[in-house]
Amino acid sequence: MAVAGGLLLAGCNLPTFGETKPITSQGQDSIKLWQGFFIAGAVVFLFVFCLIAWASIRYRRRSHAIPRQTQYHTILEIFYTVIPIVGVLILFGFTFVTENNVDALPAPKVSVTVTAFQWGWRFHYAKQDVTVIGIELQDPEMVLPQGETVRISLRSHDVVHGFYVPAFDFSRYAQPGITNRFTLNLHTLGTYRGQCTQYCGLFHSLMRFRVRVVTPAQFATWLRTHRSGGTTSRASLTASAGGAVR
Amino acid sequence: MKVESTFLLGIATFFGIIAICYWFTSYEDGGTTMLVGVTALGFLPGTYYYFWHRRFRGHKYFFWGRTDRVVGTRPEDRDDATIQDGAGVINSFPGSSVWPFVFGGGAFTLLLAFVFGVWLAAVGISLIVTALVGVTAESRRGGNH
Amino acid sequence: MTDVIVPKVAGGAYAPVHEEHGPTGLMKWITTTDHKVIGMSYMITAVALFYIAGLLALGIRVQLTTPHGTFISFQQYNELFTMHGSIMMYLFAGPFAFGGLANYIVPLQVGAPDMAFPRLNALSYWLYLGGSIMMLMGFGVAGGSADFGWVAYAPLSTSTYTPGLGEDLWIMALVLTGFSAIFTGVNLVATIFYLRAPGMTMFRMPIFTWNMLVTGILILIAFPVLTAALVMLFCDRHFGTKIYSVTGCHTTAGIVDVHACGSAVLWQNLFWFFGHPEVYILALPFFGIATEIFPVFSRKPVFGYKGMVFATMSIAALSTGVWAHHMFTTGTVLLPFFSLMSLLIAVPTGIKFFNWIGTMWRGQLVYTTPMLMSIGFLFAFLMGGVTGVMLASPPIDFFVHTTYFVVAHFHQVLFGTAVFAGFAGFYYWYPKMFGRMLNDRLGRVHFVLLFVGFWVTFIPQYVLGLHGMPRRVASYPTGLGWQSWNIASTIGAFMIAFSFVVLLVNVWVSWRYPVPAGDNPWDAHTLEWFTTSPPPHHNYTHLPQIRSERPTWDYNHPDAPTIRHGRSQGPPNGHGPYTGGDGGPPGHGNGSAGVARGVPAT
Repeated sequence: MAVAGGLLLAGCNLPTFGETKPITSQGQDSIKLWQGFFIAGAVVFLFVFCLIAWASIRYRRRSHAIPRQTQYHTILEIFYTVIPIVGVLILFGFTFVTENNVDALPAPKVSVTVTAFQWGWRFHYAKQDVTVIGIELQDPEMVLPQGETVRISLRSHDVVHGFYVPAFDFSRYAQPGITNRFTLNLHTLGTYRGQCTQYCGLFHSLMRFRVRVVTPAQFATWLRTHRSGGTTSRASLTASAGGAVR
Repeated sequence: MKVESTFLLGIATFFGIIAICYWFTSYEDGGTTMLVGVTALGFLPGTYYYFWHRRFRGHKYFFWGRTDRVVGTRPEDRDDATIQDGAGVINSFPGSSVWPFVFGGGAFTLLLAFVFGVWLAAVGISLIVTALVGVTAESRRGGNH
Repeated sequence: MTDVIVPKVAGGAYAPVHEEHGPTGLMKWITTTDHKVIGMSYMITAVALFYIAGLLALGIRVQLTTPHGTFISFQQYNELFTMHGSIMMYLFAGPFAFGGLANYIVPLQVGAPDMAFPRLNALSYWLYLGGSIMMLMGFGVAGGSADFGWVAYAPLSTSTYTPGLGEDLWIMALVLTGFSAIFTGVNLVATIFYLRAPGMTMFRMPIFTWNMLVTGILILIAFPVLTAALVMLFCDRHFGTKIYSVTGCHTTAGIVDVHACGSAVLWQNLFWFFGHPEVYILALPFFGIATEIFPVFSRKPVFGYKGMVFATMSIAALSTGVWAHHMFTTGTVLLPFFSLMSLLIAVPTGIKFFNWIGTMWRGQLVYTTPMLMSIGFLFAFLMGGVTGVMLASPPIDFFVHTTYFVVAHFHQVLFGTAVFAGFAGFYYWYPKMFGRMLNDRLGRVHFVLLFVGFWVTFIPQYVLGLHGMPRRVASYPTGLGWQSWNIASTIGAFMIAFSFVVLLVNVWVSWRYPVPAGDNPWDAHTLEWFTTSPPPHHNYTHLPQIRSERPTWDYNHPDAPTIRHGRSQGPPNGHGPYTGGDGGPPGHGNGSAGVARGVPAT
């Protein structure tokens, strides 16, 4: 467990064990924790696996004699009660620290209000008066600047949805009546896919979106060109969503 | 009955502590209500069993008062009890009964009434009432035999 | 049809005062109050539903072999996974364990003539059967069956978003089965508290019975919450209450006004307050089954008996305080509290693992089908447990929540318990229930197909989850490399399905060419193996003296009693020291001294 803890701190150079490489600093924190948990889990798995395999192969029946009828070994039992408790407390310590980093809410430079609805997304940049809407098969794109602190305020218009971008290594429910806030510090330019993860009805499978990370200069340009309440094409999109977003 | 009561009172103690911890760390009312409910679930039968455990030992109430009769411990709670110690009538078991089936059918129909229409409720309720009357009469007859 | 007064006569026989001349044929089944018949009815119904839900799972897997699957429509797909989850969770795994096996085995293991409330027990079964029929009726009504997932998250489950009859049937079916479970829970607890045989103290009960006691308590904690939550949901759907519903609560800006309407997250709190103990209601009985099987086929007593009992209690206690770990990503729960409680469950689970291994250690393992299935359970549950610890950490849960990683995790846990350990119990107790053996060679074939199929099905799902594939999707984007993993998973699912065809063949063979089992084919430990197979009405004609948690073993092997803390426990009715080892001096065997033939009381 101590070994796993040490590796946790040196986690930067480890593989991500199948998980998507994060593009946010919050995601990097989570991934370090994941690497630690994965290694600790693998160690425990292999240890117990070997014990079971050894016991089941070594102690196959070889004679009809009755083995010694041992029932208790108090010291051993205390030992394998205390060791897991210590291990669990260590894991909890790392969890607690990481969780506070991931959930921290520093003052943002850019704020986006994300509203989920059946079955699409609305990204609203209130300060800049820019809105992007998309429904199923017309994935909307959320444009975010690189390197700046971004605050997402997430809510739902109707049922419970899930905001999930694999590249963020993060997800959060979008719920009616509740606004969830979280922070992103994006590192890497590019376009990433996102999807609703909480089952939300018929076209849940198609409720996707994209995130495009651009430089702050490009971001400012993008905001300028998309300002002023929405063009005719966007208005028609709203209409085709059955007036779901008002 | 001591182990049984300790078991149930243990549930009450554990969830009592958890409920207090949970309330003062979260101030969330739904979860706290349910945890208090679980505490009561352990506490009520736990004290009942404890009461009878003390009564068997000759205490009239939990810790005070004496009765003349000391029953001692039940054979199933004694390490050294023999099978012969448990001789005597243990319970009355119904041989066979059609009423659970009738009651089950009634409950099924009654709940279908919420889905398909109120008229089904008449069928459901009459089946349930029949079953209740039937099972009561059956128990009375059984006792008289 | 009258009540039968059952006296316990000198030798421990349960002799009815007057003989039964009850109805025969179908009427006999309908009017039965015998816990053995009810238990078997439960098991047959549950296994039939298991096959149905398994077929639904195959439909899901076939749809996902191609990215834009056209095998079924989105609507059908949503119904399929909802009903697969609902049937497996509510109608198979739980009722199979606490309605079927426990109903049959617990009274036998404590030496009771029947359950404490036989008519209530029969009612439990009829409510369960009614609930199962009601849920399946959903496929026949207009609009199809329920399609809001087995968790029925509000407000998706309110009438605005899912107005159909199928959803109403789903709710009512769960109300019925909920009551059935509560009655069974009451019955189990009362039976264990009041109907134990003399000398069967609480700390001599078999671990299976202990686990069923704890499960009974968990049922009483969890199911009333579910039933209440469902009734409120129904009121929201039809009587205009606003408990979870957000319909008509939107402000002019289009967002939901919290003060004017119900709380969506309340449903999640209530549901998971039921749902997490439910997971352990499904797991604990199966832990109990494995704990019966390991000692018998290692020919040793269970290692760390008391540790095992306390581990079971701790798991149950902690499991009631972790409900919100299903809600980490809602942003509305106290993360550290639920994270710590969830992580702590690893400790008693670990104790159980080491005790199981300790039971096998230095034993003489006999590889029959039940033992193979139990070892399969150990491996499956190990993987599920390790990934469970990962999920208990909120930052990790944030990125794997509602992906296939979670799907793989809980299938490894629930499939590992309910299927591997569940069918281990099926193979183990089948001779007791029917007096005939299942074919061991076919059983091995079943095990191998199941074990390989299990890993082939669920390991790809872990990978898919880490790659970001959400659960409950009927189609997925191309070009992400997901298709090959999905095809692998589907192949595994068909292997599992084929293994269950082998099981059917095995059962058919045992009926066509019966091999008599005898009273105690496994040289087992607990009381149920002392009576005949199948047991007579009211279970016992005589009982052995109960001096340890293994009365039948003590009776058959008076020279090999349990060694406690390095010292031998005196043989059942003697005080001869036992030095251990194979050729130790025989103690005073209890022989038949402790058993007296039952003489009908007058």
